[in-house]
Amino acid sequence: MSLALIVMLPFLGALLPALMLRAGRNACATSTFTVSLLAFLLLLTHAPAVFRGEVVQAGWEWLPQLGLNVNFFLDGLGFFFAGLILGIGLLIITYARFYLAKDDPMGSFYTYLLLFQGAMVGIVLSDNILLLLIFWELTSLSSFLLIGYWRHLPEGRQGARMALTITGAGGLSMIAGMLLLGHIAGSYDLSVILQHKETIQASPLYLPALLLILGGCFTKSAQFPFHFWLPHAMAAPTPVSAYLHSATMVKAGLFLLARLWPVLAGTDAWFYLVATTGLVTMVIGAWIALFKDDLKGLLAFSTVSHLGLVTFLLGLGSPMAAVAAVFHILNHATFKAALFMNAGIVDHEAGTRDIKRLGGLMALMPISGTLALLAAASMAGMPFLNGFLSKEMMLEAAAHTAWLGQDWPVPLLATLGAVCSVAYSFRYIVHVFFGKPRNDYPHIPHDPPLGLWGPPALLVALVVLIGLFPAPIAGPLVATVAGAVIGGPLPDYHLALWHGFTPALFMSAIAIALGLALLWRYPALRAAWQAGPHPDAKTMFQASIAGAVALAQRGMHGLHNASLQRHLAFMLGAAVLLGGAAFFGASHSPGSRALLPAHPVAVIAWLLLAAASLAVVCLHRQRLVALLTVGVVGLIVCLGFIYFSAPDLALTQISVEVVTVILLLLALNLLPKETPAESSLGRKWRDAGLASLAGMGVGGACWAMLTRDAATLSGYYLEKSVPGGGGTNVVNVILVDFRGFDTFGEIIVLGIAALAIYALLDGALQGAVGRKLAAWVPDQKRSGDRHPLLLVVATRVMLPLALMVGAYIFLRGHNVPGGGFIAALVVAIALIMQYMASGFGWAAQRMKVDYHALIGLGVLVAGATGIAAWLADHPFLTSTFGHFHLPLVGEFELASAMAFDTGVFLTVVGAVMLALANLSRIGRRAECLPVCAAPRRPPLQPTPNQAEEA
Amino acid sequence: MEWLVASAVGIMTAAGVYLVLRGRTFAVVLGLSLLTYATNVFLFASGRLAVNMPPVISKLASGYTDPLPQALVLTAIVISFGMTAVIVVLALRSYLESGSDHVDGIPETIEHENFESVPDAGETRR
Repeated sequence: MSLALIVMLPFLGALLPALMLRAGRNACATSTFTVSLLAFLLLLTHAPAVFRGEVVQAGWEWLPQLGLNVNFFLDGLGFFFAGLILGIGLLIITYARFYLAKDDPMGSFYTYLLLFQGAMVGIVLSDNILLLLIFWELTSLSSFLLIGYWRHLPEGRQGARMALTITGAGGLSMIAGMLLLGHIAGSYDLSVILQHKETIQASPLYLPALLLILGGCFTKSAQFPFHFWLPHAMAAPTPVSAYLHSATMVKAGLFLLARLWPVLAGTDAWFYLVATTGLVTMVIGAWIALFKDDLKGLLAFSTVSHLGLVTFLLGLGSPMAAVAAVFHILNHATFKAALFMNAGIVDHEAGTRDIKRLGGLMALMPISGTLALLAAASMAGMPFLNGFLSKEMMLEAAAHTAWLGQDWPVPLLATLGAVCSVAYSFRYIVHVFFGKPRNDYPHIPHDPPLGLWGPPALLVALVVLIGLFPAPIAGPLVATVAGAVIGGPLPDYHLALWHGFTPALFMSAIAIALGLALLWRYPALRAAWQAGPHPDAKTMFQASIAGAVALAQRGMHGLHNASLQRHLAFMLGAAVLLGGAAFFGASHSPGSRALLPAHPVAVIAWLLLAAASLAVVCLHRQRLVALLTVGVVGLIVCLGFIYFSAPDLALTQISVEVVTVILLLLALNLLPKETPAESSLGRKWRDAGLASLAGMGVGGACWAMLTRDAATLSGYYLEKSVPGGGGTNVVNVILVDFRGFDTFGEIIVLGIAALAIYALLDGALQGAVGRKLAAWVPDQKRSGDRHPLLLVVATRVMLPLALMVGAYIFLRGHNVPGGGFIAALVVAIALIMQYMASGFGWAAQRMKVDYHALIGLGVLVAGATGIAAWLADHPFLTSTFGHFHLPLVGEFELASAMAFDTGVFLTVVGAVMLALANLSRIGRRAECLPVCAAPRRPPLQPTPNQAEEA
Repeated sequence: MEWLVASAVGIMTAAGVYLVLRGRTFAVVLGLSLLTYATNVFLFASGRLAVNMPPVISKLASGYTDPLPQALVLTAIVISFGMTAVIVVLALRSYLESGSDHVDGIPETIEHENFESVPDAGETRR
């Protein structure tokens, strides 16, 4: 389990920096450091097992149906990378504490850093490749946040976007490749996949899988031609660059190449794709680095070049080269992280990273200068430093590699890369630290505090120690890691300074000599370079993105011109087409169900409904008439429910009908009363055609359904309703008991809808809209008698009766038609009638109930009823009921479902009232003169003048 | 009888579809109401039609109709009220904000129906 904890710790700890920031920047950095340190120590506890060659595993099932399991495993390779990520992470956290300026938000920096760290550790410890993909995407996202950390800088934002686009696109390719790989191997667990080399390489899907996976690896590890994002990501703060581009993010691609090396490597396709790409990247990166004036730009292209080197070694496919690759990953991480931090120090102290403005710093900052000297010499591959050892191994491997039958291209290109590498490394030393001190630095540089130079010093110490004593210091680690990469016996190799007069030594000597010569003639070289063409990757990238956006916009605007009306017509047309295709693709035998005879009254009702529907269509421009006509349709639907044995539906429909008409009337009060004639004849015919087709389709489907029998669940509900739910009204028992969870969801939706309405309307009382409302002029003649006496008296007299009816309907609901929904609607209508008859002010003054609270209370009551079942060890919403006897009242039944129904009742009353009351509040604001801001109590028999106010 | 119900569903659907394709919000709301009726009756009819067989358990009953579609439609009626209410209020607010009750928010002054021009990226049409 501690494996999972190593991965989870940075994620959990990511909350800490933001919280601890309040206790100061030191507390913030310390808490971050502690989190990483804990994870690092946990990792180290596994070191003995790993060095014994064991594989530590932990995991549990997540979505086993998809093959997605949270499986982690730790072998040499995972241990090595996790160690690099967490170890260098510790140094970076320390360094960043002193690097970040006062106004940089430190909390978010460390939070992003820990998220990124967790994602990286997740990649290297995942056993399941689907899990690995999740972490892979997380690194793309969190590195986006880190690279764009200085969000006020356009370069930072552009660099972050570019990195996300390239690595994100690569991630998609990786997903496809990994799915193919898992499909071939029959498992998504790496430990299984790694056992199936023959199956995988023999599969016809091997090449597509390889190409897709390499697409992910090459984009992440900035291999040519995807290398261009990395230099632009240098807009990030230096600790981020040091972390992402020396030890972690860009190494993720290499990690995966190494991880899958046992099953993917060894074929011709692998060799030509991976080794060639690596070699080309190595040379191009080194060549461009030579001409970069920005220190971080130089280091960025140098990183590209070194990543190419490792890719090349892995691409060779020989165990010997794999050992060299592992060794170089270690060496590169040490010297490159040190150099990035050094570049940050120079930037921090001298105020610029531009090589042309630097020089002679050695005298001013001796410590940093010495560290840079050692690290850069290692990068150049000078003897006695660790970079020399792995570069020798690379050259040795290159010297024995033929490419398309030719012996010369690979050694030549490898030497060329080494030459440029020597040249740019020494340029970093000579042009920055040597020469005469200048007096025009933006700041007078001096050595930084220990917190800034300490971390690189640690790394430089490693550089020197590994360089001098490779076998004792790095030997066991390299052996363990290489063993995990190769997955078989290790080749015969020696980590040593002196191998005799080998071809590699010869190539090294040439590289150093030529490299120094290049630097000596640098001005001439640079002039020649500047005369040549410089394809700018950023412009090309932006042009291609702009092209893609333009293409997408053309495609989109061709279909959708932002007119909702047209959009809807397309959607309905598509639905009609789909339905038509299904209809004409099927057989059309008539149904065999016995039909009911048509009652004459039913025919009349049908005629009314058809006429009303047609009338709505013809009269819809006169809105009030159309609204009333829709009401006719609703009433006939309601009659239909009664006739076809659905009394509950009829009760619900009629009460909802009333509430809806009131709602629409209130809205219509403020909306225009007429619709202008604006549809062209063509559009009318088009819509009529679409509508007729849709109507025929739906009606036909209904007819087909009604004339056929089908199996139904109803038997179960009818049988269990009384013994299981304690109610004879099966519809109500289904609502509050069998499918109570559904109902619970529905009342929540209704509550949310009411709150949305409140938010929309409450907002309309403020700002420009509020002023517009206050200045609103009624567009219709108002009745002089705003509160007709008859209506006022009638509603007030009816109120207790209506409430009584509501209570009655509620109580009887479980056994005969009725229930919480219907009772709530009846009560809501009774209440809303008070608003209508006596005015908002009068009613609002008397109804002190907070409808928000009513909605919340209802949901809580319903939820609590459900939870109560847990107390009796039953699942959520299990119901119970019993019969009780009271004197005078007699025997009656109590069911827990009744409490649930109470919740339904409260929510529905609250929701309906919140919506309608707020709508009438808006109407009141619109008609209210500025004088009567506070509600006043109108007398029972208002005069026209007073009525205006209320 | 079945034919009457099926054709009524068809008529209400057709009227609803025609109305939701209109340009003004109020017509769309009316159209949605009609579509709601049609959908609810369709759902209800999936329990097939039965006369005088309410699903209330009783010793005298000769049979029961399918209660499940009824329960589903009952909540659907209430939810569609919520939906209608949100849409009406949305339409009202947008009318108050923009001064137009056209679904595309076209100001009253522009009186042409096929609004073909494309808003610039990043700018919403007012």
